[in-house]
Amino acid sequence: MSRSHRSVIPGFGLSLGLTITYLSLIVLLPLSAAFIKTSGLTWEEFKTAVFSPRVLASYRISFLASLAAASLNCVFGLVVAWVLVRYPFPGRRVVDALVDLPFALPTAVAGIALTALYAPNGWIGQLFEPYGIKIAFTEIGIFIALTFIGLPFVVRTLQPIIEELEPEFEEASASLGANRWQTISRVIFPQLLPALITGFAMAFARALGEYGSVVFISGNMPMRTEITPLLIITKLEQYDYAGATAIAVVMLIASFALLLIINLLQKWSRRHHAV
Amino acid sequence: MSIIARNITKTFGAYTALNDVSLDVPEGKLVALLGPSGSGKTTLLRIIAGLEFSNPGSGRIDFHGTDVTDIPAGKRGVGFVFQHYALFRHMTVAENIAFGLTVQPRRERQSTEKIQARVKELLKLIQLDDLGARYPAQLSGGQRQRVALARALAVQPKVLLLDEPFGALDARVRKELRRWLRHFQREIGITTVFVTHDQEEALELADQVVVMNNAKIEQVGTPQEVYDQPASPFVIEFLGNVNRFAALGHPLPGAGPDVIYVRPHDVDIQRHYEGEHGVRVRVQHVFSAGNYGRVALVRLDNGDTVDAELSRVRLTELGLAAGDEAFVVFRHIRLFPSGAFAERDVADGDSTPALVDAGKGI
Repeated sequence: MSRSHRSVIPGFGLSLGLTITYLSLIVLLPLSAAFIKTSGLTWEEFKTAVFSPRVLASYRISFLASLAAASLNCVFGLVVAWVLVRYPFPGRRVVDALVDLPFALPTAVAGIALTALYAPNGWIGQLFEPYGIKIAFTEIGIFIALTFIGLPFVVRTLQPIIEELEPEFEEASASLGANRWQTISRVIFPQLLPALITGFAMAFARALGEYGSVVFISGNMPMRTEITPLLIITKLEQYDYAGATAIAVVMLIASFALLLIINLLQKWSRRHHAV
Repeated sequence: MSIIARNITKTFGAYTALNDVSLDVPEGKLVALLGPSGSGKTTLLRIIAGLEFSNPGSGRIDFHGTDVTDIPAGKRGVGFVFQHYALFRHMTVAENIAFGLTVQPRRERQSTEKIQARVKELLKLIQLDDLGARYPAQLSGGQRQRVALARALAVQPKVLLLDEPFGALDARVRKELRRWLRHFQREIGITTVFVTHDQEEALELADQVVVMNNAKIEQVGTPQEVYDQPASPFVIEFLGNVNRFAALGHPLPGAGPDVIYVRPHDVDIQRHYEGEHGVRVRVQHVFSAGNYGRVALVRLDNGDTVDAELSRVRLTELGLAAGDEAFVVFRHIRLFPSGAFAERDVADGDSTPALVDAGKGI
């Protein structure tokens, strides 16, 4: 950095160095370890480890449940964020604090609580039991747990954006003759979309890796309700380290690809912010 | 299209924004709502627009003889320009301008070609022909202001309403835009109401100035009327600089001293004075930069400060310096009875002698 462009805050070089070292130690190194460990397998071994029917079934449930949970969170997270920003009501601060609970709660506690609620003899589960609908120990249970832990990501990314969204925009739209639906779909929603995509991506990523809250409620039936993180743990317990990391690598690449796509989507939806 | 507002009252909780206000805006005129913040001017504009509604049961708004009191903004045929423009960030300039045309019900909506032609026409009008594809973030403040105006005009409103239209612009751009708006309003002859807290802007731009204070209208008149014949102390103090003195003499029982106002440009400074109406003063400071010479003086009889404005030629002639003693003569004064008698008809003195004759020395 040249002397003529000195920033107010000193130590740019030092802090950049620190950032890179830190990221390498904390993020990059463990990730590459997964790749290195996996490389100990032959191609055939790798294929059996990651494409066996049981593992494939776990990818399916993990990705589908995470996608569904993140999508549902987008809908209700948007509503929650909107209400919390726009409508002053008694107890708003308490409700606002509640949103963070899934962040703060140990995931195992969440898992046990949800299982207790949704088990066939639980408060909510018993309401559905007579109709033959099981929630806990099925895909629906996984979906509920993942929705629970993903909600704060959507709400917290949307809140500041909604706060910035002056009611003037709605008034401008209305004064130009737009009806409510047109105002929502053409004026408000497009301005929230980038943040919504970010929230979706974060909720989705979190759901993919979630373990603690799911294992209790899912029942862990092979081929049906076994999530990928659980399979990794199972492999580790059998001392199959290479097999475990092989699955981890697949998850890693898949998540990375998905996040990349989401980022591109976001860049596209944000194009107008470029100056 | 003329606008008539009758007996409008608006409260927000315990706060009264408008207290039984009535206003007539003649067709084709450019009217300024002028007042300090909290005077209710923006609320009145928003009620005219239909973005806000007066208290239930109070008031009535007519557009050209039609009652529109309960009709929302989108159906009143008004164009509203917001203080911070409220341009849609995710739409290009052209899309912003076209917005009002594209949200019309399908039956009434014009063809895409017609809409595009109209947008092109408006872009030309606001002199931004080549910037239709830009996003608002890529425009300067003055350009955004004009886009907001074009967007409001696209739907061919009968009335144009502007909330602090030049508030967020720097001084030079503001001046240019003001002139442009004036010219443009004359050309299309649309009834226009704008809100401002800047008296210079109101006096320069408007056909009619509505001075507001404390949820009420203080005075309505042409710029010259409100400046030369202010109806209340508030109006004279709000419109430009003014010297304020307590009148001597004998106020009516129960009231404080009456108040005398003199505009700085009605203060004449003389080195030597022989008459009986001169007031002895000492020069405190001479400001000689700017369009006028300004002199700050202190009265020797009571210590009040007096500001005077005179031409630079006259200032050079006088050759005043701080510490000099001189005389001032008030060419034109205005007297308002104070306190309990504030509602009494305004006494109006044309010159100093008249007041002295009335038994009230200055």
